[in-house]
Amino acid sequence: MRSKLPAVVAVAVLLVLWQLASVSGLIPAYLLPSPVKVFQALYNDRALLAEHALVTLQEALYGLVLGVAIGFFFAVLMDAFEVLYRAVYPILILSQTIPTVAIAPLLVLWFGYEMLPKVILIILVTFFPVTVGLLDGFRSVDRDAVGLLRSMGAGRVRIFRYLKCPSAMPQFFSGLRIAAAYSVVGAVISEWLGGFAGLGVYMTRVKSAFAFDKMFAVIFLISAVSLALMAAVSLLERKCMPYRYLKDRKEDPK
Amino acid sequence: METLEVRGVSVSFDGRKVLEDVSVTLRKGELVCLLGVSGGGKTTLFNVISGLLQPDAGQVLLDEEDITGKPGHISYMLQKDLLLPYRTIEDNVALPLLLRGVKKREARKQASALFEEFGLGGTEKLWPSQLSGGMRQRAALLRTYLFSQDVALLDEPFSALDTLTKSAIHRWYLDVMERIHLSTLFITHDMDEAVLLSDRIYLLTGQPGRITSEIVVEEPRPRRQDFNLSPEFLQYKRRIQEQLQNP
Repeated sequence: MRSKLPAVVAVAVLLVLWQLASVSGLIPAYLLPSPVKVFQALYNDRALLAEHALVTLQEALYGLVLGVAIGFFFAVLMDAFEVLYRAVYPILILSQTIPTVAIAPLLVLWFGYEMLPKVILIILVTFFPVTVGLLDGFRSVDRDAVGLLRSMGAGRVRIFRYLKCPSAMPQFFSGLRIAAAYSVVGAVISEWLGGFAGLGVYMTRVKSAFAFDKMFAVIFLISAVSLALMAAVSLLERKCMPYRYLKDRKEDPK
Repeated sequence: METLEVRGVSVSFDGRKVLEDVSVTLRKGELVCLLGVSGGGKTTLFNVISGLLQPDAGQVLLDEEDITGKPGHISYMLQKDLLLPYRTIEDNVALPLLLRGVKKREARKQASALFEEFGLGGTEKLWPSQLSGGMRQRAALLRTYLFSQDVALLDEPFSALDTLTKSAIHRWYLDVMERIHLSTLFITHDMDEAVLLSDRIYLLTGQPGRITSEIVVEEPRPRRQDFNLSPEFLQYKRRIQEQLQNP
């Protein structure tokens, strides 16, 4: 808890400064609402916001789960077949250079205003960090350990199951944490560009009404949802890799 | 009776000979050492014996069965313990059994039955990172033993340990080996360690590596406490040094 104290204080100081700047009239309220106003808006609109947030969260989770599954599938195939790695890896990199805002409207055109185009967009942004993390993990496996398992008669499948896959978990979780953050942002962007419900839709509506306090309220909420999802990933990480969070670790003799 | 026999093994990498006509035997219950400088092809020979590397010529026989180029018969232990950080000690040690298709519960049972014997009692549920270097090596040895009960191949197993830990683990190893009737072939570049532990010492020298001589250490077992301070000990070391200098 002590390690988090500086961050908590820093955020509190920022909020106080912001509040002072608004109240003193340094920044006009129509340009930047004070934090108190933002929290009021958040509270007043809570029922509506919760409804929209649920939609966004649902899209994010569907996209994330599918993205992770697809990412895993790609990583395993590319690790198993070198040719595939050489062929597909550049395409994967290329796919990440396409701006999300450019393809989101296309996806809407192709798949309509419902959930499908949103989930597809989230898959596109989340599978990549997972694939790259896993591939890195698979490839960084200790060659001596591979030799040892081979000497014990293990074939490729067992080497994957007992060595490569669990060894890649730390990199996998790094990728997953990034993917989790992307998933919420991806959902909001695709709702922004066409949809009937979700925080992105709410955002476009309050923007056209120039309700800046509500605008900031929804931004706060999106951040909170992203953080919550990332925290869930961290929790899962601790559950899956308890050995990385031990108090009585000995120095690794290497 | 020979447990392990290496017959006339030659290996070359990219046209460069690394090992030439190397023959080594290991009898039941014996502790035999391969002594040579680093980079002299010792580890290559171990890869051949464990079946990971197919030699250009020669054979590896385990109890008269030809296992050349066939992994899955003899495992080895390295200086790095290679305990998997994401498995508890018990599950690390039981790994060779799982790889052989033994059910998890049964594998754990077989493994934990030997924890006391190997001085690992109470560490079953711990993670590798919670153990000291010496304990980790013991766990690695138990894992090797659970894979093959007859022959242990050890590649500089103790060289990462500090002097005090090393001499304690030497005594422990000789003791445990006696009790479980293990035959050991081990690699070292440490002359003291070779003389202290071995029944016989092969000197592997030159480029490509050849067995240039075989030295029998006559000192009976169990070795006396101060063997490493005795004139005979020095005598052996002198002989090895002469052999290494004028092969």
